Amino acid sequence: MPLDESFVGRSWPAETYEVSLEKIREFAVAVGADDPVHHDRHAARSAGHPDVVAPTTFPVVFTWPATRRVVDDPALGLDFTRVIHRDQGFEVRRPVHAGDVVSSVVSVDEIRELAGNDVITFRCDVTDADGDTVATTRATLVGRAEPDGGDA
Amino acid sequence: MSALSDLSSGDALPARTVTITRADLVRYAAASGDQNPIHWNERVALEVGLPGVIAHGMFTMALAARYVTDLAEDPTAVVSFSTRFTRPVVVPDDDTGATVEFGGKAGETADDGSRTVTVTATHEGKGVLGKAVATVRPA
Repeated sequence: MPLDESFVGRSWPAETYEVSLEKIREFAVAVGADDPVHHDRHAARSAGHPDVVAPTTFPVVFTWPATRRVVDDPALGLDFTRVIHRDQGFEVRRPVHAGDVVSSVVSVDEIRELAGNDVITFRCDVTDADGDTVATTRATLVGRAEPDGGDA
Repeated sequence: MSALSDLSSGDALPARTVTITRADLVRYAAASGDQNPIHWNERVALEVGLPGVIAHGMFTMALAARYVTDLAEDPTAVVSFSTRFTRPVVVPDDDTGATVEFGGKAGETADDGSRTVTVTATHEGKGVLGKAVATVRPA
């Protein structure tokens, strides 16, 4: 099913997320990031950070739920059960740290069709409580065509 | 692992092999919030046409990012990182898990001292990350 192209260029209201020390620790353990700056407040402060800092790809913890709200909008026409994550990018202005209250604004950068598959690129602009840029992430998802070419 | 600062442009990065087990996927699902059952439920994975339970692409990317920050000897060194998920990493239901081999090449140093690194990740001899390029800020 073709996606609704009117979604291109649209953005959605900001979603806020409060970053906790424990969530950073949990994520760091899960990805094997054992540097003390991800786990220990004193180590992080000794290294010049305000609090424990998150591993590189941690922003996905808040950018994915913000993106998912758009993915799941029935008006877009994307069947999530047929979606694969094709590309991901991070541009990091500064590390995320515990105590950050970040806002994620999702936009749709591009929609196209490739060999019958729907390809959609989401951008997520992440800012902190002062409105300063923290990171920009991009995720390209592919909605695979039905094997029989149908719209089921 | 030797440091990125010791490498010249074009030098191969020291290889690293990482093992991924089902337990790792469950832990990552909880930590990241990505609870898609194709990453922990064999029945669902097979139903949607996958060869089995597969690792989250974002988990492999997280491991690749850690590989780069370890090389840079700075856990916050990566200022940009993008990749394509070219093939799934199928993780068997055993204690051995799946192995992913990381490697790559050190890139040029820009005028501001930042440096590019191209990362490769292979599973059973085939690439699972494509066009994986990170930029590392100056030390």
